Amino acid sequence: MGDESTIRLGLVLPDVLGTYSDSGNATVLAKRLEWRGVSAKIVPIPFSGDVPSSLDIYLIGGGEDDAQSLAAARLRANPGVQKAAEQGAVVLAVCAGFQVLGTSFTTSDGVKHAGLGLLDVSTVPGRRRAVGEVIVKVDDGYGGQPLSGFENHLGSTTVGSTGAPLGKVTRGIGNGDGSEGAVSGHVLATYLHGPVLARNPALADLLLEWAMGSPLPPLNVDEVTELRRERLAGNRFGRRRGA
Amino acid sequence: MANHRIARRNTVSVPGVAVPAPRALPLRTRAALAAGKLAAGASRRTGRGTGAVIGGRTALKLDPGALARLGQDRTVLLVTGTNGKTTTSLMLTRILSVLGSVAANSTGANMPDGLLAALTERPDAPYAVLEVDENYVPWVADRVRPAGIVLLNLSRDQLDRVGEVRSTERDLRAAVARLTDTFVVANCDDALVTSAAIEAADPLWVAAGTTWRDDSTACARCGQAVQRDEESWGCVCGLARPRPAWELRGRTLLTPEGTELPLDLQLPGRANAANAAIAVAAAARLGVQPKLATAQLRAITDVAGRYRQADVAGHQVRLLLAKNPAGWGETLPLVEGTRSVVIAVNSREADGRDMSWLWDVPFERLRGHTVVASGERATDLAVRLCYGDVPHRVEPDPLKAVAELEPGPVDLIANYTAFRTLTVRLNNG
Repeated sequence: MGDESTIRLGLVLPDVLGTYSDSGNATVLAKRLEWRGVSAKIVPIPFSGDVPSSLDIYLIGGGEDDAQSLAAARLRANPGVQKAAEQGAVVLAVCAGFQVLGTSFTTSDGVKHAGLGLLDVSTVPGRRRAVGEVIVKVDDGYGGQPLSGFENHLGSTTVGSTGAPLGKVTRGIGNGDGSEGAVSGHVLATYLHGPVLARNPALADLLLEWAMGSPLPPLNVDEVTELRRERLAGNRFGRRRGA
Repeated sequence: MANHRIARRNTVSVPGVAVPAPRALPLRTRAALAAGKLAAGASRRTGRGTGAVIGGRTALKLDPGALARLGQDRTVLLVTGTNGKTTTSLMLTRILSVLGSVAANSTGANMPDGLLAALTERPDAPYAVLEVDENYVPWVADRVRPAGIVLLNLSRDQLDRVGEVRSTERDLRAAVARLTDTFVVANCDDALVTSAAIEAADPLWVAAGTTWRDDSTACARCGQAVQRDEESWGCVCGLARPRPAWELRGRTLLTPEGTELPLDLQLPGRANAANAAIAVAAAARLGVQPKLATAQLRAITDVAGRYRQADVAGHQVRLLLAKNPAGWGETLPLVEGTRSVVIAVNSREADGRDMSWLWDVPFERLRGHTVVASGERATDLAVRLCYGDVPHRVEPDPLKAVAELEPGPVDLIANYTAFRTLTVRLNNG
């Protein structure tokens, strides 16, 4: 603790929003820092604890439907993430986490819940569950490389007039209107699991550069390059099935 | 093959082991099951549900009494949970065979068609041990009215295909509450299992331990954080670990009378000791002496090909199956000493298409072993191993991967369809 040069990664409510393995995003960021000689520390922020506002990066994952409303209520009552975001901290939110960051989301029981309001998006249940591989062409400024991931959600998300999507889906469903995710300042959200940063090193490094305020030396991991080649080609095994 | 399409998920195709033929069922029942299957597929494809309920409902419409008719006049035990169903069912089948003949779906075809086939094959058996897919239990139990239900554990499994574990728990809970004449043998160390079983009319609690807690950190009833210490757990809402009648301590079982019973299993691992503890407790409820029960278990050396030893290109290879994060968590500690490890992972429909689960598995513990990433999704695994600082090689063909290793014992761990393919290849020489 107290070491100014250590990048601190907050894993937000992993006991509630930890169902879809998105905590792997924290592992990826920590390793990509470590491999470049920068020290990193993963700080789990459990449901029962306080939410600190002093961390550098906050990671919010996917979760089950009940868990999502609980998480939103908890984070609204204990607004460490919002305070940190106001001060320029980086926030990555995935799936249920993405919906929680918006102004509101409606759960499948028809109840409308208030979100944290960090993104100008709102979510309602879609007609059918979106399940399968996704490819996203990112808009300018978000790492330049197409994103690969796996989506599994019912929610359909509309980006409001003051918001901006992360990109456009070239495969899969994403937000539901052809766009995918949302970004505002250093707050970035997506429907992509995988985990998303394991499959998309350029996005991982973009978040790290936002947190550190300076460009990072390139880092090539052969296995990741090969995985991207497989996933971005018309792969056989992860094809979107009918469900 | 038609059989495998019907019971796609848990049919282990082992040549030489007869899969009960659906054609042995009455024509009306067969037609009903085929229609149910179609409806289940349609439900899954349109994203309306997992298909379990609609499939069962359709079959029932066409032959309303099939399962109830075949299950009546015998003592039926349903065995369910995320992991250990096939092993525990085999254990119970072996134990109950001291009382009389037992109908069982021992190949793991654990949906209604598989259950009907098993019951049809042994119409006169006074006992039936049926492994049931956890999402089918409510439907099956309402029809069969079993003497007992064995509830092993509940954790996340194939989220893109099966759905979320908490809704499974809620459905089980409702089913258990409806069964007023059924005893429920349940692991009280698993908070989700306890939530599902605690309103049972006749619960029998076994402290069988658990290592996976990531799906029950928040209470199943109220969502608050579950408090835990070494021995117990509980929530402020009142849901808490019930006092167990049976207790597993390491590989020794403590009976309700306070007798210490060594299990001495040939099957390895903590999870199998837990399965055995629950099987012995359930069998005791039906009148089998625990000592006699444990003696029956010692003859089991493999379960539908799992744990068996095979010779591959001069290597002594142990075959292990792991299908979900909790299962991997129990399986990786079996890799000991200087053993090399080949890990084969696929992502076909029966495995779940989403590979994100790799990041819930503590592969870091394989550091120090020679590791080969294999299977159709070997590259995804290789990326996970990289970020876990586990040196490894990549060879998509698991048997080739074994052949290329230095001499020495090998553990070959595979997920569901990778394991199925391996079993077939090894049996075909």
